[in-house]
Amino acid sequence: MRVLVYQAHPGQHHSHANHQMSAAVSDVADIEFCDLYALYPRHDIDVSAEQARLLKHDVIVFQVPFFWYSTPSIVKEWQDVVLEHGFAYGSGGNKLKGKIWAMALTCGAPESAYRSSGYNSFPLRSLLTPLEQTARLCQMRFIAPYVLYGALAKRKTEATQAHAQGWREWLIGLRDQKLNLAAADALGVVQAKDIAGLVQ
Amino acid sequence: MTEFLMLATILLVSGVIAVPLASRLGLGSVLGYLIAGIAISPVLHLLDVDVIAIQHFAEFGVVMMLFLVGLELEPKMLWQMRHRLLGLGGLQVSVTTLLVAAICMGLGLYWTISLALGMVFALSSTAIVLQTLNEKGLMRSGGGQASFSVLLFQDIAVIPMLAFVPLLAMPDLMGHGAAHGDDHHEAAMSLVAGRAGWQVALITVAAIACVGFIGTYLTRPLFRFVAMANLRELFVATALALVVGIALLMTLVGLSPALGTFLAGVVLANSEYRHELESDIDPFRGLLLGLFFMTVGAAIDFGLLASNAGIVVAATVGLMSLKAGVLYVLSRVFRLEGADRWLFTLGLAQAGEFGFVLLSFTVVNQVIPREVADVALLAVAMSMLLTPLLFIFYDRVIVSKMAQNQMVEADEIDHKGNILIAGNGRFGGVVARMMRQIGEQPTVVDYSSAQLEMLRKFGTKVYFGDATRPDLLHAAGIEDARLLIVCIDGKDSITQLVTHVAQHHPHVHIIARAIDRQHVYDLYQAGASDIIRETFDSAVRTGRSAYQALGIHPYQSERLARKFTRSDRALLLATANAHKPGVPLHENEEFVSLARELFEQQREELESQSDGFDLQSDKAWTPPPENLRINSGDKG
Repeated sequence: MRVLVYQAHPGQHHSHANHQMSAAVSDVADIEFCDLYALYPRHDIDVSAEQARLLKHDVIVFQVPFFWYSTPSIVKEWQDVVLEHGFAYGSGGNKLKGKIWAMALTCGAPESAYRSSGYNSFPLRSLLTPLEQTARLCQMRFIAPYVLYGALAKRKTEATQAHAQGWREWLIGLRDQKLNLAAADALGVVQAKDIAGLVQ
Repeated sequence: MTEFLMLATILLVSGVIAVPLASRLGLGSVLGYLIAGIAISPVLHLLDVDVIAIQHFAEFGVVMMLFLVGLELEPKMLWQMRHRLLGLGGLQVSVTTLLVAAICMGLGLYWTISLALGMVFALSSTAIVLQTLNEKGLMRSGGGQASFSVLLFQDIAVIPMLAFVPLLAMPDLMGHGAAHGDDHHEAAMSLVAGRAGWQVALITVAAIACVGFIGTYLTRPLFRFVAMANLRELFVATALALVVGIALLMTLVGLSPALGTFLAGVVLANSEYRHELESDIDPFRGLLLGLFFMTVGAAIDFGLLASNAGIVVAATVGLMSLKAGVLYVLSRVFRLEGADRWLFTLGLAQAGEFGFVLLSFTVVNQVIPREVADVALLAVAMSMLLTPLLFIFYDRVIVSKMAQNQMVEADEIDHKGNILIAGNGRFGGVVARMMRQIGEQPTVVDYSSAQLEMLRKFGTKVYFGDATRPDLLHAAGIEDARLLIVCIDGKDSITQLVTHVAQHHPHVHIIARAIDRQHVYDLYQAGASDIIRETFDSAVRTGRSAYQALGIHPYQSERLARKFTRSDRALLLATANAHKPGVPLHENEEFVSLARELFEQQREELESQSDGFDLQSDKAWTPPPENLRINSGDKG
């Protein structure tokens, strides 16, 4: 499958996890990486160019930090302007039909925070429902996200290294259709430790 | 007159032929000049030219070179060097002098002669070594810095040596000896001759203070005054007058002119006129040093060499191995590592031009018999001739062997001057401030004296000079620059500067300001990396303000402005290739028809939308028609 990875991190040089993730996939072929903040430093997204880019791919991945229970702002801007009526949804808006919407999230909080007793009160998948529904309205398949919990605490440890390695295998699995999507959906959230069991 | 013209022609032509050939063969300019000198020596002999007299004149090149070296060296750096200067330099001179003297005594020479020879041979060639280090860009390496410390110490040590030599005189030893020849090194006029010791000391201190005072307080108003005339040659004249004047002052008080101009250079190292001075003096230094090297080559007496071949070769080889040995031990003591150690050891192993000076002085003072001096002179010349070969050996063998370690060091040495800003008016000033915001110290060059004066009051460092001149660019460090930002006025000057840098320094990323649309194309063809239209951004902002004044929502105005910018840039790119340099746009038929076609196309696109302001991206927040909402849902 043709994989497109949208990367969006406004403070890239501060993010150790995302830096390692990028390093781990630097030599992976046939995947297009697109740094939204680098391409549109002034947020003036070129709508037709991005729509054309979407049409050329089957899997759209967002590699982003989890900010305020959502994405960094440029991804919201991207949704607002690129997912147009008549293109992504609404009358005649079926251009993205059948494509996969995937997310690779780095979360600052530990896994334990994402439950009713934790300080974030909701499971991660509940917090992601606006994005999941966005994908659904575009007739895309929202697959279980690949997540690093506690990214801040794990800075510069082996955990981020393992996450980066898992990211590489997860992406290659998507590209080569070797990733068991049904099993991933059953897990709800995929972490580095799950990758070995999911790649066929 | 004819003779002078003939001599000048011979010297210039031989240099012009030999030096490029030598550079091409990787031998370096010094060897080129030496070979040229050897080649023309029979002709000079036929014309009965006094080569030695020319040589003494050309030695002024060394004075100029030390002035330029001083310019590169801020007082703070000189102070940091003090241990090396005294330790390395002092040990090199004293140990080499004593060893040479001991060996000469072992060979049966009298002790005064031996000691004099020791002093002659302890000195290395500032001219060859600094020229070569600069040429190869090794001045800032560890080995280069150490070599420089030693050379500087030697240049200072010459003065007490000249004072010491007459004490060694023993006329009765010389037999028929040298008659009292004319001594060109003893100043005809002197401020210190015949005065008491304390007076001499006082005058000397006063002279040095005078150099410091001139450099610190007088040069700035002087150059500002000269800048008013706006004539390039006046600057050259002023710079020359400064250097020559200081050299004269130093000679009058019995100090080394090289030392004096070096001090003046150090004092001026912080001045905003530094790059201007550098580029003004540099051609003279180059010419005089070239002349000096040629005279060294021409002065080699091959007849004498043939008859004394054994002794001369033995003396040269012995001398160089001895000097190299001393240097090697010192480099270990002072912890020079790897390639730096070899650069230091091989680079300074020759005897130098001050050796010539001392030798003739010793003969005049009847310290060394002429026969010994003649052989010693040949040994000095031969060792200078061999030095470029040692540098080649260093380059080819040692550097390639140690390439890796040296590369890591090279990165750390110095990253100043990475950004060069030409022009510091309202435009360049903003750019320079933005560079400082991220901790960079750009080298800013500007040609307006009034502007400099104002900036200096605000504590901003700007260098005076015309950035379109290649020599000034060189002095400002274009070779090491990563980025050149062109903020000067004048369409042609900008294009000329961009063309030159793009051609000769392709590694530099050039950001240039374009005056108008035609100029954008010129700069594009000249090779600018980024072209910024001078008034475009402010014009677009003005248009955006007009949108808002018309009642259009500020955010929509912003998006309209972006849309305009985007399509204008597309137009610019689409028509770039139709541009012909030198042909005004309206006279270029291909360009006119293409532009009209594209303009038409763009207007059609805009007008085809329901109203002029309906943009594609605005659809994002235009609600879909009523009938569709029920079926497919709203995006929320």
